[in-house]
Amino acid sequence: MKKKTNTGKTIARLLGFSKKYAALFAVTVICAVVYVAASLITPVFVGEAIDCAIEKGRVDFDGIFTLLVKIGIATAVAAVAQYVMNLVNNRIAFKTVCEMRKAAFAKLQKLPFSYLDSHPSGDIVSTVTSDAEQVGDGLLTGFTQLFTGVATIVATLVIMFIESYIIALVVLLLTPLSMVVAKLVAGKTYKFFREQATVRGQQTAYADEMIKGQKTVRTFSRTEATQKDFDEVNGKLQKVSLKATFWSSLTNPTTRFVNNIVYAIVALVGALTAIANPVGFTVGTLTCMLSYANQYTKPFNEISGVITELQGAAAAGERLFALMDAEPEPDDAGNAELCDVRGDVAFDAVCFSYTPERPLIENFSLRVKAGMKVAIVGPTGCGKTTLINLLMRFYDTKSGSISVDGQKTAEVTRHSLRENFGMVLQETWIMPGTIRENIALGKPDATDEEIIAAAKDAHAHGFISRLPQGYDTVISGGESLSQGERQLLCIARVMLKDPPMLILDEATSSVDTRTEQRISRCFDEMTKDRTSFVVAHRLSTIKNADLILVMKDGNVIESGNHEELSAKQGFYSKLYKSGINTAAV
Amino acid sequence: MRKLFVHLKKYRMHAVLGPLFKLFEALLELSVPLVVAAIADVGIANGDTGYVVKMCILLILMGAVGLAFSLTAQYFSAKAAVGFSAGLRSSLFAKIQTLSFPQLDKIGTPTLITRMTSDVNQVQTGVNLTLRLLLRSPFVVFGAMIMAFAVGAAAPATSAVFAVSIPVLLVVVFLILLAGIPLFTKSRSRLDSVTGKVSSNLSGARVLRAFCREDSENADFSARAEFLSKTQIVAGRISGLLNPLTYVIINLAIILLLQFSAEGVDSGALSQGQMIALYNYMTQILVELIKMANLIITVTKSIACAKRISAIMDEEADMLPVSGGGEEDKNAPAIELRDVDFRYAGASGEALRGISLSVKRGDKLGIIGGTGSGKSTLAALIPRFYDATSGQVLVNGRDVRSFAGEELRGKIGYVAQNVSLFRGTVRDNVRWGKPDATDEEIREAMRVARISEIKKGEGNTLDIEVGQDGKNLSGGQRQRLTIARAVVRRPEILILDNSSSALDQITEAELRRELAALEFKPTVVVISQRAVSVRDCDSIVVLDNGEAVGIGTHDELYESCEVYREICDSQMGGASI
Repeated sequence: MKKKTNTGKTIARLLGFSKKYAALFAVTVICAVVYVAASLITPVFVGEAIDCAIEKGRVDFDGIFTLLVKIGIATAVAAVAQYVMNLVNNRIAFKTVCEMRKAAFAKLQKLPFSYLDSHPSGDIVSTVTSDAEQVGDGLLTGFTQLFTGVATIVATLVIMFIESYIIALVVLLLTPLSMVVAKLVAGKTYKFFREQATVRGQQTAYADEMIKGQKTVRTFSRTEATQKDFDEVNGKLQKVSLKATFWSSLTNPTTRFVNNIVYAIVALVGALTAIANPVGFTVGTLTCMLSYANQYTKPFNEISGVITELQGAAAAGERLFALMDAEPEPDDAGNAELCDVRGDVAFDAVCFSYTPERPLIENFSLRVKAGMKVAIVGPTGCGKTTLINLLMRFYDTKSGSISVDGQKTAEVTRHSLRENFGMVLQETWIMPGTIRENIALGKPDATDEEIIAAAKDAHAHGFISRLPQGYDTVISGGESLSQGERQLLCIARVMLKDPPMLILDEATSSVDTRTEQRISRCFDEMTKDRTSFVVAHRLSTIKNADLILVMKDGNVIESGNHEELSAKQGFYSKLYKSGINTAAV
Repeated sequence: MRKLFVHLKKYRMHAVLGPLFKLFEALLELSVPLVVAAIADVGIANGDTGYVVKMCILLILMGAVGLAFSLTAQYFSAKAAVGFSAGLRSSLFAKIQTLSFPQLDKIGTPTLITRMTSDVNQVQTGVNLTLRLLLRSPFVVFGAMIMAFAVGAAAPATSAVFAVSIPVLLVVVFLILLAGIPLFTKSRSRLDSVTGKVSSNLSGARVLRAFCREDSENADFSARAEFLSKTQIVAGRISGLLNPLTYVIINLAIILLLQFSAEGVDSGALSQGQMIALYNYMTQILVELIKMANLIITVTKSIACAKRISAIMDEEADMLPVSGGGEEDKNAPAIELRDVDFRYAGASGEALRGISLSVKRGDKLGIIGGTGSGKSTLAALIPRFYDATSGQVLVNGRDVRSFAGEELRGKIGYVAQNVSLFRGTVRDNVRWGKPDATDEEIREAMRVARISEIKKGEGNTLDIEVGQDGKNLSGGQRQRLTIARAVVRRPEILILDNSSSALDQITEAELRRELAALEFKPTVVVISQRAVSVRDCDSIVVLDNGEAVGIGTHDELYESCEVYREICDSQMGGASI
């Protein structure tokens, strides 16, 4: 019961989306009515025409001519109405899907990272693309199909009642049979299709895993074992696919059979009536009745299909609306703009955790003067990345505050805050597009000279020049670039943007040491007058920092410069020494 | 293409019986109008109620028998189609596992997956529909036409209506469908562009927001989404023509048919019942024709998919073992490279140039150099993931190209730079190295790899489930688990490609000590960007841009090799000596 109301709500909201197409909706409903009426009246005319041709010498050609003209007109009207209906439906469906996609995508830009990080991106992608499509296809075209289907059934029965109430009654009595059969087949099909989808998913996941891991598979001579596992899933898939395919192919034969029964009974009743009452019930009427009987179960089939589709669409719609209803980042439109930044950064009693059960950063305070270089070190999971999330306001603090030049970052616009930071993350991200577009990401109006200068500063100009089309080379996802080259590109982006504060998240960890040395020289220059936060494993990078934060379990356990920390003989010096002592063994 | 159909052989009987039963069903269906004509002409005309009842029972019987035929046919077709695709998938997977790495690189994983899944599914649908409809639809269409010819033999004008309207219908249907295909393809690719946009927006969310690109992302997405919907609307305009147009043609034909058959009735050439039969045949044809058109479309799509699958199946296996290449010699160096050049397929320059080196059994070789200097490439030549473009790679004095099948890789424990773990328990994963490893052996290998414990206090470590790609483990744990997997097989040669990059320096030092103390004394190849990791090797190769710019011990290289010295100084702040 609850499910039903949910479905209803989803449908109502969806209709809200296509509200501006209300006029078009009216057109499509009118067209549907016209189409149904015009196409259903044709068999009546045909039947009457047949009655005009009784036997040799007893043919009423004038009557036939009039009827043929009527058939012609009905045909033209039905065809035009149907085409207009098709066009209008298409328009409503595709435009609405487009609107929904745009709204969903725009929503994505506003969702907090707590949402994005906790939802698999594959799911979100399929919500914005295929769910939206299913909603459009299913709900909108489904509606018109449903409407035409119901209209057809009602109209057919009405005409049958007018022509022969006995036959109409017989057909009406047989109706539940059609519905039961259609429902039975649809239900089974749905069940097996779902099972099939599950097994298929398993198989795809397995194949994906093994193909990606082929080097490992071959290294360990596991091809036979993997083939065996694959074939096992494959066998399972074969079994369930057989059921799914078989059941789904039953719709036509079974309804055809029901149709045949209806047909035969209509023929029987019709013929007997015609014998008993040749004037009231002619052969033409029989023909007309038979052609209705022939098509009678078709709409039932369609309706049961449409209902399944509507349910699927409603489910897809729910997913779509769940995305659209997700709590966005708090609006910051009225906040102040952060401008003319010097670069003083302060953390005041900051508390933060991703999940309430597991407190991470507690009561963290820190003062960084403009121009300082802060290095953050510590084992994995110690909270280094979290600090970046907080600085950039990818996440907001639970309590306490972070301020830049004395202004709380929570009270300025996110854009103005982020404008003032240059960020290079550990996981490089290359936008599908040209090298030029990638470098100009933070400054779309940059001139070629500026872009090349930034690339040179980041030591990226060399490899870019060697690419087939230089700066215009299109890189999709960056697969064609090495990890180091991708990182250089990301650095070039920041070089071009030239922000007053920097965040470098292990930015140099996958660039080779010689390039790293050049880059760090470059960074030294950049960081000279800029506040910078560097997360790194490399001790050489950390050594010339003004302040080193040694983090563990969300807390800073030691802080100071290299000399001070080394003298302390604590965690830092243990970390540092292990690098050197083991090298000397 | 033909190769694919061997998988249908096993289901030969089903593939023949399916269509055959469909044919029987169609025959019955074609006789229905005749029975109805008889009811009108004999039963009603003579007022013979007994005859009418008999004929109607016959109709129901025909329906029941038709249903039985049809169910049988659907079952056989489904069985054949599903069996066919299962065989196809299995052999496709097997084929992929024989492709060489250059071939896999060239083709790429995503497309292999698509071919194995959606392409095979499409082919399955195609085969299934073909078996079901290939005989039936044309048979009903042309059968109805022939029956109409027979029924209307005495009134040739009615036959002419059929003879003209069917080809016209066929042409119209095909023109519309053909016009639709390119538009359909186009909208698929535009949908891909929409999907791609969402997925790149999500993967780059942090960077995009850091650069305040939300508005331009929205604008770009809107443009793509609108472009897609425009294409879809245009495509809809064409495909939306199909139904109204065929409806008009059929009704025009019916108008003509009624006129001509009325003339036939008038002249006595036709009976009223025959007139009804002709009309019924005409409506039957329309329904079946649309089915036939859909069949053709599906088959066309399936053929395109089948071609994509055969493209993989037709890849010639390369990198097969070659004869000659010498015998293994226990006294020869464990690994030797003789003047090796290597170039990736399609690359403009060599990844390795003129590399010669040799590693004694039980020695430890270090390979160091910058990003893209060719370190991993060099290591990949030893287990013969790739063949040297020129020169020779030898293991135990024997050319690696001459080893058969698994003979070579059985000697090697290779720990790749990109960790690949598989779903299953920790035990399952380590057992990849040695399928019959006991828990003791596994624990020992894990101890060596410094990963005895994964999650504190979580029962038996070996029973911990590893998620896809080991996502539930940290980077360092993943690396150490893959090392354990290689160590457990006690390989003659252990290759570690950047396998400790995610470890902190304390753990890495412990790992190094454990590996040095292994009692089966493997020949070890260590690849790293860190001087610390290779310092204690018996010899170190310094690669720069594909060339070996120095080979020697740490001390020798620090003296003589500028590149090496620069690396050491940058990493150890000059404190190394």
